[in-house]
Parts: sequence; C-alpha cells; structure tokens
Amino acid sequence: MPLVKLKNITKFFPPNILANDHINLEVNVGEIHAILGENGAGKSTLMKILYGMLQPDEGEIYIDGRKVTFRSPRDAMKYGIRMVHQHFMLIENHTVAENIALGMRTSIVNPLKEVKRRIREVSDSYGLKVDPDDYIWQLSAGEKQRVEILRALIDDVRILILDEPTSILTPNEVEKLFEVLRRIRDSGKTILFVTHKLKEVFQISDRVTVLRKGRVIVTKETSETCEEELARLMIGEIAVNGINSNKSNYSGNGVVLEVEDLHVLNDKGVTAVKGVNFKVRSGEIVGIAGVAGNGQRELVEAIVGLRRAVRGRIRILNRDVTKASVLDRLKLGLAHIPEDRIGAGVVPRLSIVDNILLTRYFEKTFTLNSIIINYGKIREATREVISRFNVKASDISMPASTLSGGNIQKLIVGRELSKNPKIIVAVHPTYGLDIAASSYIRRMIIDAGNKGAGVLLVSEDLDELIEICDRIMVMFEGRIVGEFSRESFEPHTIGLLMAGIGGG
Amino acid sequence: MVKIRIYVRRRVRTSLKVKIVSASLSTLAAVVAIVLMFHVLGVDPLYAFNRIYMASLGSYYGISETITKSIPLLLCGVGLAVAYKAKVWNIGAEGQLLMGAIVSGGLALFTPLPPQLAIPIIFLGGFIGGALWALIPAVLKAKFQVNEVITTLMMNYIAERILLYLVYGPWRGKEVWGFPFTSRIPSYARLPVVPGTRIHYPTLIIGLVSAVLLFFMLSRTTIGFKVRVIGESIRASNYAGIEYSKIVILVMIISGGLAGLAGAGEVAGIQHMLRKGISPGYGFTAIIVAWLGNLNPLLVIASSLLIASILVGGDAIQISIGLSSAFINLFNGTILIFLLLNYFLSEYEIIVRR
Repeated sequence: MPLVKLKNITKFFPPNILANDHINLEVNVGEIHAILGENGAGKSTLMKILYGMLQPDEGEIYIDGRKVTFRSPRDAMKYGIRMVHQHFMLIENHTVAENIALGMRTSIVNPLKEVKRRIREVSDSYGLKVDPDDYIWQLSAGEKQRVEILRALIDDVRILILDEPTSILTPNEVEKLFEVLRRIRDSGKTILFVTHKLKEVFQISDRVTVLRKGRVIVTKETSETCEEELARLMIGEIAVNGINSNKSNYSGNGVVLEVEDLHVLNDKGVTAVKGVNFKVRSGEIVGIAGVAGNGQRELVEAIVGLRRAVRGRIRILNRDVTKASVLDRLKLGLAHIPEDRIGAGVVPRLSIVDNILLTRYFEKTFTLNSIIINYGKIREATREVISRFNVKASDISMPASTLSGGNIQKLIVGRELSKNPKIIVAVHPTYGLDIAASSYIRRMIIDAGNKGAGVLLVSEDLDELIEICDRIMVMFEGRIVGEFSRESFEPHTIGLLMAGIGGG
Repeated sequence: MVKIRIYVRRRVRTSLKVKIVSASLSTLAAVVAIVLMFHVLGVDPLYAFNRIYMASLGSYYGISETITKSIPLLLCGVGLAVAYKAKVWNIGAEGQLLMGAIVSGGLALFTPLPPQLAIPIIFLGGFIGGALWALIPAVLKAKFQVNEVITTLMMNYIAERILLYLVYGPWRGKEVWGFPFTSRIPSYARLPVVPGTRIHYPTLIIGLVSAVLLFFMLSRTTIGFKVRVIGESIRASNYAGIEYSKIVILVMIISGGLAGLAGAGEVAGIQHMLRKGISPGYGFTAIIVAWLGNLNPLLVIASSLLIASILVGGDAIQISIGLSSAFINLFNGTILIFLLLNYFLSEYEIIVRR
C-alpha cells in the first residue's frame, strides 16, 4: 500500500489556468520521489495541495490508505507532512533555536535549553551543521534551508516535501544536501523532491514522476530511464536549444568596473571579502563562481553600495565610488539583479508599474524636472518589459504580489536589462526559471554585453557560467583563488577550487 | 462532527459592491448598538438621534460647527496620513499642534507685527513650531534608530507642560482674573470667519489645499513614490537607492508643520489667545481621522468632517439630553468601533469553510 496516494487531483485558477489536471500519484514509504517538470508544469501547486496550503477542486488524497482532507498545513502536519519552500518561513530577527521552538511542545521553564539539545541531537545524527544561537538574518540561503529541514526532522516528519531545494545552493552544498537526504531516507522517511533539473533526478531519486502542463506524463523507477528520455517527456516536442554565443569582441574596450584590494565585513563583523582585485571591461561577461557564503554576497553589496568597504577602492567608469551612495551608482548606469528578489527586488504591494519605476525614478525620461512622475511613459516601459521578457501579467496596475515567483523574477531581470545599463551586477539571474526562460535571459545578458555593458555574473550554476562568461573567477573564503578565460574553462578544476582544493 | 473554520485574508482589491455591503452592514450594526445604549439609559433613541442630527448636520449652525471642528482634524490628519504612508508612526500631532499654537500665539502677543503681514507670519510661525517639535524625534529616528512612537508620544506631554507653564506663569494675561489664559491677541492678528459662524476660512483653505497637494505628491511625484516604497519595504528602498533618513525627516516636517498650522488656526481663529486646554485632543483624534481616510489625503477631508460631526453630535446630547460626559465618550467610541469595522470588512475578506 502506498504511503501517499493522490487520485484525480484537479486545480483550476481562474480565469484560464488548469494547474493540475486529474493528477494521479503514488509515493512509497522510504523513497526519494522526484517530481520533475518545467516552470508552470504544476509541481508547486500539487505539492501545496498535498501540504494543505491549497484545496483541490476535485480529487482525493489518501495517507496510509485512508482518505484525508487538508484544510490547512496544520492538518497536513498532523500526518507528518512538512514542506520546505523556495522562500523560507523563518523569522529573521530570531535565532535558529527560537524559530524551531515556535510550534514545538516544550517545557515552560527554560524551553530553549531543551530545544538546543534536540537541535544538536538531530543535527548530529543527520549531519546537518547548524548553530542554534545564530540569528536567521545572519544565515545564507543554504543555511536557512538547513534550519527548515532540521525543523521538520525535529517535528518527526514522515513525508518531507522539498520545493526546488537546490536552486539556491552551490554544487558543493548540493552534494551535502543530498548526503543529508539519503540519511533521512535511510532512517525510513519519505522525501518528495521537486525539481526541474534532470541531473538531480539521477543523483538523488529512487523514482521519478514527470509533470507537463498540469498532467502526469509518467512515473518511473529512476534506474530504468535516462536523461534524454526524461528531457523529452518533460519538455515535449520542443528541442533544447544550446546558446548561440555570437559574442562580439570586447578586448581593448574601456574598464567599466574596477575593484582594488577590497575588504568587506559580513553581518557578523567578520571580514568576508579579503583583498579582492578585478576589472570588468565594457562588453565583457565576468563570472564569479563559488560556494555560497564565501563572500560573494558581501562583494556584490559593496559594489552596489549597500555595504561599506573597510579597505580598498571601487571604481565605476573610472570614477571612485567607494564612498558613493547607492543612488549615485545607479545614476552612473549600474543595474543590479539582487539575490533576494521578493525582499529587495520588488515591492510586492505596489503595482507592477511602480515596480518598474523602482530603479528608474530618477531618470529624466520618466519625470518632469525629476519631481513629477510621467506615468504614461512608465506604463509604456512596463508594457515593453512585460512583452519582451514574457512576463505573464493580466493587469499592470495590479500589485506585483499577484505575479508568480518566476514572473516576478522575469520582471526584475527585464527592468534591469532594459535600462541600457553600463554595468550589470547579476546574482543568480535564472534561479528557479524553466529552461526556455533561463536561456532567454542568458541571451539577453549576452545581448547587453554586445551593446557594451560590462557584466558581473554571480551564479552558483557552473554550467550557466561556462555557457555565457568570457572569464570566470573562483571565490573561496573571501579571496579570488583562480581565474579562467573562455579558452581555458575546466569545470573539474573550477569545482576543486570552489571546494578550496588546489590553486594558490 | 462538522468543524467550521474561519479565515481572514487581505483583499487584493475591493470592489464597489463589497464597499457598499460593508458600509451598510457597519452602519446597521452601529445603529443597533446605539439604540440599545439609549434604551438602557431610558432615552428615546429617535429623540436622541434627532438631537444629534440637528446639532451636527441638520442645521446651519450644526454644519458650521462641524466644519469648524474639522479644520484642525483635517490639517493634522493629512499630515499624519503622509507620515503613516511611510510607516513613520508619528503619535505626536497633539504636541506639534500645541507648539504651533505657542509659537504663533507668542508672535501675535509679543512681537510688533506689521498688521498686513501678521496673519501670514502667524501661520508660518505655527508651521515652524510644529515642524521643529517633530524634527527632534525625526532626527533621533533617522540617525540613531530611536523608536518614534515613544519619542513623539512623550513629546506631547512636554509640549503640554510648556503651554501650562507659560499660561500659568510668564505669559498669563493681566486682566484674566487668575484664569490660565494669556491676554487676547490684537485684532489684526485674528483670522476672518464666515459671517455668523466660527469657520476661520483661511485655515480651512490651507487644509483643503494641503490635502490636494499631498494627494498629488503621494500619487504623482518622485518624493511621494519614495514615501510609498519606504512604507512597504525598507530593504527594497535601500536597493533602489532611496535615502531613508531624508524621507523620514521630510514626512515628519510635513506632519509636524501641518499640526502646527492647526495650532495657529485655533489660536488666531477660535480662541484669540493661548490658554489651558486649547486643543481637546485634536492631535490624537487625527490619528483615527488619518486611518479612517485610508491614509489618502483626499479621503481625509471626508473623514475629518465625519469625525467632527461625531464630536459635535456628542456635545449636543450632553447639553440637550443631559447625559454625562462619560456617556459621550462611550457614544463616540462605539461609533468609531463600527467605522473601523467597515474598514476591516472592506479591506479583508472572511472565508468560512466546513
């Protein structure tokens, strides 16, 4: 008897999206079951239904052969179902232990002592490294994810749902996560692993279910299929296009961004960037590879002006901007695609139009004497971004929060690229997007380069960096430990450097 | 057993139909509650309603009094609406109003103003007095992250004590027989009124113009855009290069200055002197006015009139029916609760699932 059985699950979102179309799915005890599909295939919707966040229009859920109805995640949790979302449900101003204590049954006297003991117990037995006294805001995305998984384990989870868990992780962290997941499976728990990455299906899953356009295409033993077959099933008729890197020659162009002996502290007051030097020329795409938490975030924040440099210089278009404000740098032609999209890249409750204005309110085109906003022009620009970047939005005067995660991302990328910037600092710009949208965005970044922008691309997706960068620098423990030009990309060596092995 | 669960969810948008239904439901609920209250006290509700209506909106005098009381509420309310839009919680409009009153009163009483320029100078003084009083918590918040709720609230009491010190002490008038009043300000410093009423229309016009300008500022200017972004997400505003401290200081100057203008209007338009109790809490009531107007300066015009009519109606039942002042507070509070109910029903939806 399967542990979970979904029968004819159907979910319709007015006006015309059939997210789940009579889905049947069986999940067995003690397996890692991959749910594979492109963006918009209905994976997240299905998982939210199983987790009680959404209610199906039709269909039934059986757990242990018994029919159940989930009206909220609380109901699902009673059956040991836990979901780790793409966006974490943690309170930033509280510590790890305090977050985990929320919703736990603890003694009234000194409850944190007991919680910390449990955290250590569970984190030791599954190999999840977490410091219970760290504040959430100090943690990288990967570390937050560990906290979420830990919370589920402490809660005696039976079925753990992970929604695109690797999209925020580096190759190294992915490997660590997979080790943890295998241990969790071996302890008899069941994992539903939502992904759109074929490789991961083979790395981690026992069985795989492919979704396309809200329907189940197939469920298979992972060992009985291959990448080509799954790719075909997932994408359907359209072939996967490689990128055509018809890049123009940039050598001899002027330097648009220069970083010299840069030192930056992290939130904990520890030096996170330790003497970084590099130049980005007009037309050049420079990648920064590295495992999360090796100073990339601090480096980016220093370049865009959100974090103070304690030593060193930053120059944009030959102007020293080390002490300049964010606004001054934006005015020089800097575009920034931030890591935290919902938190920083958009204002969810303002309209889509206002969100296009967010990084352009000081431009002469959109204002009269930089005082009065010309909303006609902004609406025009918004429609252009929406159509060029294929953002699915029915009404641009609606709040940005009405867009799906992928569409918010396309909106941000579109906004930043359509500014005709001189320098683009992009932090995993394709994270969480499907193949078609990702390759389109990569193409737009290459285009921006061909038009003369210098691009600094921070990505944890090595394949992406290799695909579009002219040069890749590897960052490890706050230093650049290796640099490769396009002719000499070696994924293996880069991977080793990212892990801190080899190099100087 | 069937379990019923009730969820509350914020509406993405409020349709006209929902607005009408929620307004009618809230009004009905308010009428029922107030009828019950009158009934318990043995007062004929119809008679009471008639008195309230006649006193606030049903007579020429009532309307004029309602407008008069709406002037300080409007000025304070629109300023607070802008501050709250930026999530700057200025609770100090009362103190800012009093400082505006003190500065403008001081100017009118003790400086040799040129009569033609007396009124503009008094207004300017009121604005500066209120704005400076608001600037202290604004700078503390912008530079040292001091919570403005505490500072603005406390500064109300400081302002009130300063006023009391002045009217009991150095500024007390010679011919006021021991009352805590100053002398009367010279007649050229007094505001003109609509004949037969107490409506000091220059202040009213300033209030209406401020509301329109601030509405325009919030919805159509880059400064207003920055205010809205900061109010929704400080992180996004940092990312977009918006200078948080500048906007905090700006909205505090606007809301403090407008409250100060309200104080100047009370001194030069109504009291013609400084005195103890120059404001019956207009600065606090304006907090409700701002929220009731949904932080939209144009709607604040309507909400200030509405709240003013409740204040005037409350006074009327005290006088004509002889109910105690405690009951007036009960009455006003009840009406506010149902006004907030209307706000809640139109902003949130309630979902009942079985």
